[in-house]
Amino acid sequence: MTHVAPSPAMAHRTSMGIDNRKMAFWAFIGSECLLFGSLISTYLVYKGKSVVGPYPHDILNIPLTSGSTFDLLMSSLMMVLALAAVERGDMRWGKIWLFSTAVLGLVFLGAQVMEFTEFVHKGLTLSTNLFGCTFFVLTGTHGAHVAVGVLWLLTLWVRALQGKLGPANVTTVEITGLYWHFVDVVWIVIFTVVYLIQ
Amino acid sequence: MSDATGLKSWLTTIDHKRIGLLYFWTAFTFFLIGGLEALVIRAQLAQPNGHVVSAETFNQLFTMHGTTMLFLALMPLSSAFFNFIIPLQIGARDVAFPRLNAFSYWVFLLGGLLLNASWFVGPLFHAGTLSVAPDGGWFAYANLTERQFSPGPNIDFYQLGVQILGISSLAAGFNFIVTILNLRAPGMTMMRLPVFAWMTLVTQFIVITAFPVLTVVLLLLMFDRLFGTHFFLASAGATPLLWQHLFWIFGHPEVYILILPAMGIVSEVLPTFARKPLFGYTVIVYSGVLIGFMGWGVWSHHMFAVGLGPIADSAFAATTMLIAIPTGVKIFNWIATLWGGDIRGTTALHFAVGFIAMFIIGGLSGVSHASPPADLQQTDTYYVVAHFHYVLFGGTVLGLFAGVYYWWPKMTGRLLNEPLGKWHFWLQLVGMNLAFFPMHLIGLLGMPRRVYTYSPELGVGALNLVSTIGAFLIAVSILVFLFNVWRSARHGQVAPNDPWGGATLEWSIPSPPPAYNFSVIPTVTSRMPRWKTEHHEPMQDPPARPPAPIHVPGGSRWPLVAAFGLPVMALSVLTHTLWVVFLGAAILLFAIYRWAFEPLEA
Repeated sequence: MTHVAPSPAMAHRTSMGIDNRKMAFWAFIGSECLLFGSLISTYLVYKGKSVVGPYPHDILNIPLTSGSTFDLLMSSLMMVLALAAVERGDMRWGKIWLFSTAVLGLVFLGAQVMEFTEFVHKGLTLSTNLFGCTFFVLTGTHGAHVAVGVLWLLTLWVRALQGKLGPANVTTVEITGLYWHFVDVVWIVIFTVVYLIQ
Repeated sequence: MSDATGLKSWLTTIDHKRIGLLYFWTAFTFFLIGGLEALVIRAQLAQPNGHVVSAETFNQLFTMHGTTMLFLALMPLSSAFFNFIIPLQIGARDVAFPRLNAFSYWVFLLGGLLLNASWFVGPLFHAGTLSVAPDGGWFAYANLTERQFSPGPNIDFYQLGVQILGISSLAAGFNFIVTILNLRAPGMTMMRLPVFAWMTLVTQFIVITAFPVLTVVLLLLMFDRLFGTHFFLASAGATPLLWQHLFWIFGHPEVYILILPAMGIVSEVLPTFARKPLFGYTVIVYSGVLIGFMGWGVWSHHMFAVGLGPIADSAFAATTMLIAIPTGVKIFNWIATLWGGDIRGTTALHFAVGFIAMFIIGGLSGVSHASPPADLQQTDTYYVVAHFHYVLFGGTVLGLFAGVYYWWPKMTGRLLNEPLGKWHFWLQLVGMNLAFFPMHLIGLLGMPRRVYTYSPELGVGALNLVSTIGAFLIAVSILVFLFNVWRSARHGQVAPNDPWGGATLEWSIPSPPPAYNFSVIPTVTSRMPRWKTEHHEPMQDPPARPPAPIHVPGGSRWPLVAAFGLPVMALSVLTHTLWVVFLGAAILLFAIYRWAFEPLEA
């Protein structure tokens, strides 16, 4: 995804005046809304339908998840700073902010691994009850999206270290940012629906 | 088209025209396979108490017939035209993402092969039979498809194959949305876009919004079957209805994914052969968009028998009746296009008119089960089978064949034989009516769908025999078509740029077009650029030779390699071997990186 060589179509102007890759990405985000929409609906449909415990209020660790939510929100801020730095041609800070975004993403994933492990120890697995099924599949799918994002950010960072990512690639960084912010927004919905409204 | 020959040039091609041809031949092969499955089904049902196949094989046949026809034949046949025709109609040199386009094709091919491999790999799974083909119907209702009720690998082939095909459709969806919105020639405003391009655009928006829902529901089933979750098991407090809702939220828009491209093709064919602009262009376009939106609000009419309650039933009955309105509007516009036209009765026009007539029948029977009380009599009977075959065969297949006869000269450089084409048409029309019309009666007389045999007392033996004869007549018509194709390749009349006097841009360039399509990108000033209208002179066709050399990018092998990663991952699920999934992911990831950092010129 990163650093796509310009295709012949991109060489000339586009009809809508928006970059092809950016438009494709917006369409992709629209598609992803339906993906997460279906998973969140599934969660809501089965909310309170578990016939055995542990139930959400027995087990959800809101302080820990609030922390990781804050961490993910901050990573979006880092992403904004990274794009701004690349836009103004400041690759030194560009690298720093890209790397920080990725690190905050990794911290979020670490917190999720901790949370999942804790739940398994407390007796909640994928197959325990409907809460387990819906919770792990929903948050796991989100976590997989974060992992892809981290890989993508680290790729950009390495490219920047190699001097192959510069202000000319600002659209690439912008699209990475679109993805990252989207994943962040989805988490805000999940956090609200799963953790805050019980 | 590119002059390069040899296997490698096809394996690495990123030329939309070549990919279009690959789509066409692959999808047509699957169409023949799906057709053969239908013939075996009809042979089994020709008489009461038939003994051609066992009940288990019959389940596999109708499941694979439906799955193959929808995902491997009709959708990709539409894609063949999207690929070949859309860039030509909008005045572009290729699609927006040529390598992603190649990826879509290879994923489709591999997904189709994976799904069909299930016919032969039983021994590898110690199944005791040769075939472990999916047997749960194309909609694979949970909880029948849960591990405890369907322990073999059959349903795994279904959920993995369809999941992979979904990825192909999604990738193509993003690609064509951007292509149509962003790669239009100067002056080609949205309201000058050919209707086929418009319907393609609407279709792709439905694809990218409907397929993620299918992705999720298949994912949930995979988790149930593999990791012991219970999304659809009532014993755990879950409801199997979740499957039905999610599946039909995808499944009903899917119907419009199948029909809108054919509607677009017919909207191109009719004006050309009536020598008249399409009647009510704007209304046809807006109706298509409206159908795209309304397609989202009707899914529960597939579930009237569930007992969702009077409020839900009434609401979905109303939306279902409403969606007939934009469809009806289009039909009136097509008829009005023909009215008073200077009609030339080509084979393409025959198929287009056949489409209108058959689609009306399918539409009317569709409205008849929009009403829940009537639907309760019809649901799960052959009446429903009759309905959707009139829509998907009488509609989509006839519409696609209209496109085949219309665009064949552009795609291959040779015309198909017209008298043979008309034989094909009439045999197919008579065949399909013999095959599918009796099914209305068979259903109303009480024969359920998906049963492998029936008793003589039911009194539907004669009607079933007629239906079987019709099915074989369709097969004969397809043989006539294949003979026509073979004959065209050897002795067919060489096609000029524009054999039909078409109004749209694809007719302004050679048949088949050169690799770069347009020697000079045209500037469009009217909806029918090649026709003289009240306000516009016809455009000048681009010169035969480009005034300046045009750079055409070479191929890439990475889309193919990346596509291979997906069936490898599927293999891991089928064999329950964890390390294979990492192998597949590694292949995919490696190819994506090579792809991303590959200079396109290589």
